[in-house]
Amino acid sequence: MAGERTSTATGILGWFDQRLPVVDFWNKHVGQYYAPKNFNFWYYFGSLALLMLVNQIVTGIWLTMHYKPTEAEAFASVEYIMRDVPWGWLIRYMHSTGASFFFAVVYLHMFRALIYGSYQKPRELIWVLGMFIFLALMAEGFLGYVLPWGQMSFWGAQVIVSLFGAIPWIGPDLVIWIQGDFLPSDATLNRFFALHVIAMPLAILLLVVLHLAALHEVGSNNPDGVDIKKVKDASGKPLDGIPFHPYYTVKDMFGAGVLLCLFAAVIFFEPTFGGQFLEHDNFIEANPMVTPEQIKPVWYYTPYYAMLRAVPDKLMGVVVMGAATMIFFLLPWLDRSPVRSIRYRGPLTKAAISLFVISFLVLAVLGSRSGGGIAETWLARVCTFIYFSFFILMPIYTKMDRVKPVPERVTMHD
Amino acid sequence: MTKLITTLLAAFLYAGTAMAASTNVLLAQSEANVSDEASLQRGASLYFNYCAGCHSIKYMRYTRIASDLNLSEDQLMNNLVFTGAKPGDLVTAAMPESSADWFGAAPPDLSLTARSRGSDWIYSYLKAFYVDPSRPLGWNNTVFPAASMPNVLWDRQGIQTLATHGDEGGHGMRLEDQFELAVEGTRTAAQFTQDARDITNFLTYVGEPAALQREKYGIWVFFYLLLLTGLLYVLKHEYWRDVH
Amino acid sequence: MAEQPADPGRRRFLTATTAVVGGVGVAFAAVPFLSAWQPSARAIAAGAPVVVDISKLEVGAQQIIKWRKRPVWVIRRTPELLETLPGQDERLQDPNSEEVDQQPEYAQNEYRSIRPEVLVLVGSCTHLGCSPKYRPDVQPEPWDENWQGGFFCPCHNSRFDMAGRVYNGSPAPTNLVVPPYRFVDDNTIIIGEDPEQEVA
Repeated sequence: MAGERTSTATGILGWFDQRLPVVDFWNKHVGQYYAPKNFNFWYYFGSLALLMLVNQIVTGIWLTMHYKPTEAEAFASVEYIMRDVPWGWLIRYMHSTGASFFFAVVYLHMFRALIYGSYQKPRELIWVLGMFIFLALMAEGFLGYVLPWGQMSFWGAQVIVSLFGAIPWIGPDLVIWIQGDFLPSDATLNRFFALHVIAMPLAILLLVVLHLAALHEVGSNNPDGVDIKKVKDASGKPLDGIPFHPYYTVKDMFGAGVLLCLFAAVIFFEPTFGGQFLEHDNFIEANPMVTPEQIKPVWYYTPYYAMLRAVPDKLMGVVVMGAATMIFFLLPWLDRSPVRSIRYRGPLTKAAISLFVISFLVLAVLGSRSGGGIAETWLARVCTFIYFSFFILMPIYTKMDRVKPVPERVTMHD
Repeated sequence: MTKLITTLLAAFLYAGTAMAASTNVLLAQSEANVSDEASLQRGASLYFNYCAGCHSIKYMRYTRIASDLNLSEDQLMNNLVFTGAKPGDLVTAAMPESSADWFGAAPPDLSLTARSRGSDWIYSYLKAFYVDPSRPLGWNNTVFPAASMPNVLWDRQGIQTLATHGDEGGHGMRLEDQFELAVEGTRTAAQFTQDARDITNFLTYVGEPAALQREKYGIWVFFYLLLLTGLLYVLKHEYWRDVH
Repeated sequence: MAEQPADPGRRRFLTATTAVVGGVGVAFAAVPFLSAWQPSARAIAAGAPVVVDISKLEVGAQQIIKWRKRPVWVIRRTPELLETLPGQDERLQDPNSEEVDQQPEYAQNEYRSIRPEVLVLVGSCTHLGCSPKYRPDVQPEPWDENWQGGFFCPCHNSRFDMAGRVYNGSPAPTNLVVPPYRFVDDNTIIIGEDPEQEVA
C-alpha cells in the first residue's frame, strides 16, 4: 500500500507503531531529543512544573469527589474532607501545598528564561505560550482559592471581581455578570468551580502541549546561550547534545526527588506554612457582612497586588497591574542584545536584572503586608517604577551594554 | 547569583509569617502540644464540662475524639456528654439556638478557632478575664475586649481584677502582669495555667485532628523520599559518567 | 561520549533497585487515594445501629426499617407460617443455611432468627439487589402453584421462603442476608449490633 510507514519495531509495539507513530513520538520527544549537556540547577524547573501539574490534576480530581460547590455546603465540605474522608486531609494538603509549589516552580522557571535569554529568537513563541500558561495559572489559582468559601475566599473574590468594575462603561454590569448575583454568591461559586475543574485545566493542558511542541521544534536553550545545532558529528547529532533519555530523565527524576522531599516536609509538618499557603482567616466561613482585618492575596499574587495598591486611582491601578503581567509578553522583542546568557552580558544588563528581581521581591513582601503606611506606599511606587523601567528601557541598555565573546561550544561547570 | 536568589526567596517566604500574628496585645505562649495525650484528655473533660454547654465543635464527631484520645466510646459518652447524642454524631452545643441572645451574640463554634486565631490566642483569652462592672455580665477580657462571654472558669481561676499600672487595657504588657487575683479559686495559679493549656491543647487538636496522623506518617514519608532521592542521585551520577 | 557504559552490571543493578524502591513508593502513594473511596466517617455514622420498636408490630405484619441505606425487614411470623418452614427442604438450595455465610452464627438455625417468630432480614435480593415483595399468604401464585408464603423478587423472579431461604430454580444464588441484631427487651431490637457476649 502506498504511503504505509515501515516500522522498525516488532511484536505488539510494531502492531501499534504501524497504526500510531508511538516510536517516532518517543524518539522525537524523548529518546532522540538532543538536549544541551550543560543544563544546570535552573533547568530542573520545567519538568518540576509538569510534576506539580500532574499532582494538582490527580489530587484535584479526588477533591471534587467530596467537595460541594454551594454557598451552603462548600466550607463544611472542605472540613468534611479534612476530617471524615479517609486520608482526605492528605489529599487536600497535597492540593493546597501543590498550588504554592507550582507557583514557586513556575516563577523560578520564568527567572531561568530571563537570565539565559531563553525567550530570544527562535524561542519567542515558547515564551509567549509560557506566558499564556502563567496567566491561565493565575486565573486557575484564583478560582481555586475561592472554592473553600472561607473569609479570604469570599473577600478575595469580591476584590478581584471588583477589578473588572474599573473598566469604563461596562464595568459595573460586567461585575454582576461575572458573579451572576449582586455579590459573590452561590452562582459565583458554582461557575468558578466549573471553570476551576474543567475549563482552565483543559486550557492549561493544551497550552503545555503547545509549549513543549514549540520547544522540541527549535530545541532547548542552555546556560551558555550557545546553539548546539551548529556543531554536529558525522551522523548529524549535536556534539554538545545528549539524548533526553536516559540522561535528563534520570537527572529530572533526581530533581523530582528533591522537590518531593521539600513538598512532603511542608505537607506533613507545616501544611499552612505559617499561614502563607493556607491563611488563618480562611478557616472562618465566608461572611459578606464582615471583612477580615487584613485582606491580602496568597503570596504568589502579592507583587501585583502591591502595584494595584500603590496607584491612587481605581482604573489606573487595574491598568498598571494588568500591564505588569502583560508586559512579559513583549520580552523577546524588547531584548536587543546579541547574546542570550547572562554569563556573557555586560554590567548594565546584570544590574538591570538584579534591580528587577529585588523590586519584584520587595513588592511581594509589601503586597503581603496590611499596607496603608506612606513610606510603604512610596516604596511600592519606586519598585513599580523599577519593574516597568526594566522592560521599557531594555531596548536601550541591552543594545548599549558591553558583551563578552560567546564560546563556540558549551562549557561545563560541574 | 543562585545563592543570592534562593536566600532572598527563603527570606521572602518567611517574611509574612512573623507578621501574621500581630495584634496589639502580647499573647502568652500556649505551648500546645497535641501529642500530649493526657493533656488532651483533661482538655476534653474541661471542654465538655465548661464549654460544650454553649459552644459546639460541629465538624468533630464524638467517635473521632474517643478514638484519637484513647478513650472508649462509653467513657466519653457516659462521663462527658450530656446531650443524648449518639457516638457518631457531630458535637453540638447543649444550649438551644433560640437562647443564643442571652449573651448578645451567639456563642461561636470552636471547631476552627485554633486555626483562625491561633492556640496562643485561645490560651491567653482564657486567662485574660477580669471583673468589669460596666459590662452587662460583669466580665471583660483584655485579649478580646468587650467579649460577650463571662468567665466560666472563675470558680477554678478565682476572680481577677485589672492591675493598676496607669495604662488602661494593658496594651503591650505581658499577660501575667495585667491582673491581680482578688478572690482565690479552687485551683492554684500553676494548676489553672495547666487547665487553660489543656483546653487550648484540646481545641488545637479539634482544629486539625489529622495533625496526629500527619506527623506520625510524615516521618516515614520523608525518610522514604530521602532514600529514593539518594538512590536517584547515585543513578544519575552513574549515567552521567558517559557525559563527563 | 562513550557508547558503552563503563560498568553495565552496576547500571542495571542501580536502575532495578531504584525502580523497585520507586514502585514501592507509588504503591504506598496509591493507598490514600484508594482509601478515600471507602465510606467516610459520616457514612459510617449514618450507618450506625438502629433501634427498632416492635411493640406495635402485629402478628403476620412486616415493618421496613432503613439501616446502612438499605431496607431491613422485621416480620412477626404467625405460627402457621413457622410450621411451613421444616417441610420445604427439597425445594431449597441451602435449607440449613450452611453453604454460604448469609447470617450471624446466632441466626443459623431452622428459623434463621434469634426468636422463632421474629424474622429480621436485609431486604435486598442476593441476585442483583432489588427488594423482594412480601407474599405471606399460603395460596397458589403465578410463580408457584404450591406457594407456602415467602418473598418474591419482581426483577428476576427469585423466590424465598418465610425464613429468607432461596428456592431452587431462582436466579438468586444464596439465601437472603440476616443482619447482625439483638434484642434489648421483648419489644426493642437493635439492628447492626451483635448480642452482648455472655462472659463464661
